[in-house]
Amino acid sequence: MGNDVVLVLVVITALGFDFTNGFHDTGNAMATSIATGALGPRTAVALSGVLNLVGAFLSLSVAATIASGLVDTGLVTLTVVFAGLAGGIIWNLLTWLLGIPSSSSHALIGGVIGSTIAAAGGHAVQWHDLFSKVIIPAGLSPVIAALVAATGTWLLYRISRNMTDGARGHGFRIGQIGSASLVSLAHGTNDAQKTMGVITLALIVNHTIGATATTPFWVILSCGLAISLGTYMGGWRVIRTLGKGLVEIEAPQGMAAESASAAVILLSSHFGYSLSTTHVATGSIIGTGLGKKGAEVRWNVAGRMATAWLFTLPSAAVVGAGAYALAHAIGGDAGVIVDLVILIGIAALIYVRSRGSRVGHDNVNAEWTGSVAPAEDTVTAEPAAA
Amino acid sequence: MNSWINLTALWQIVVVGLLAGAGLPALFAIGMVALSQKGGRVQTAGADGQDADTLVGGSVAGMIASAVCFLIVLAAIGWGIYAIYQAGHPHK
Repeated sequence: MGNDVVLVLVVITALGFDFTNGFHDTGNAMATSIATGALGPRTAVALSGVLNLVGAFLSLSVAATIASGLVDTGLVTLTVVFAGLAGGIIWNLLTWLLGIPSSSSHALIGGVIGSTIAAAGGHAVQWHDLFSKVIIPAGLSPVIAALVAATGTWLLYRISRNMTDGARGHGFRIGQIGSASLVSLAHGTNDAQKTMGVITLALIVNHTIGATATTPFWVILSCGLAISLGTYMGGWRVIRTLGKGLVEIEAPQGMAAESASAAVILLSSHFGYSLSTTHVATGSIIGTGLGKKGAEVRWNVAGRMATAWLFTLPSAAVVGAGAYALAHAIGGDAGVIVDLVILIGIAALIYVRSRGSRVGHDNVNAEWTGSVAPAEDTVTAEPAAA
Repeated sequence: MNSWINLTALWQIVVVGLLAGAGLPALFAIGMVALSQKGGRVQTAGADGQDADTLVGGSVAGMIASAVCFLIVLAAIGWGIYAIYQAGHPHK
């Protein structure tokens, strides 16, 4: 048996990452439904949380890819996994503070790759697989999602053009609830598995389970619960950017966006690509802006996101490498514990900063004025009904 | 087969993605239009002759057509979820 103290810390940190993954990504599924009023903000996050939990049990094929596909597991230690998770968490929290929907998957993969390079050198990373399974699909997926969503949006407006606005909005809001639920399910299937994969990797590295063992049930359950709880917390800052910042969304667009996202995510995981749900959802929302005549896409907001996406892998990698270097310099259990204390400190600091410009269920739909946090006077006002 | 991009998977994701991601919502929309058709069954217009703002089955034929559309959409979603479950649990 390996080091069980560090193993427990790794599992806790992994579940912590899973939690940030949940609240960072609530918006992928629910932002458009909240923006159009199809679901009340709190109902939306509760529904999404439950469906994420269900989704976690649906399939286990992505977990295997993460556990063994990207780095040489023979060269990975528990400290490497821990430092990688730290990199992922810090990047997730920073982008959440800025209200940028960046990819939790890339943050996790970047963190693990960074700490692996710091520990064992570049040859421990399976670069070809990293490009063909992660980076190239990440570039293509938003474009495909945008194409599908734009087509869907055009069709929906075309088909329903003779209906009254009221009847149309009513029907598509119902459709939106269904399609957003599917995205939540897909998110649980896709993203909860990534953490399951990391915990499985840690268990294999620690020789707690054999190298060919399947993911234990308690791992599936705890990951499902952590992501579900995180989702329920509602990453309101990110929801606001996606639902209000990018495109002004009406019910038909919302339904088209969520349908496109669900289809692309589920199809890709069928082919074993652990796509970023964030990239897909953002691509879809931009697509609905392109597919509707007269709709405006705020390209400056989209550009800010795309920039953050480019930085996600390398930035998380740098943090992951730094965390490994520090833990390694101190050495042993103490090194990991010092890292953990610093990680908690940074997380607390980011949380305190976020209180200065709070976004919650009460002001998430306030008029977009160019910033994540609504202007002060709109905070107290009722959210606009329109 | 390109070693960097799996072109087979790519075109399948695009084509099936368009069918499922844009086609199914379009079918849902057709169902909605059918459901809101005016007919003799119930009064869909307001007292002042304005169009109703909610979906009411005005004509029987429209209701049947919409039911067919909605059932196809539901069946496709159910089949998709079942297929993913099957693929994700190979040992069952």
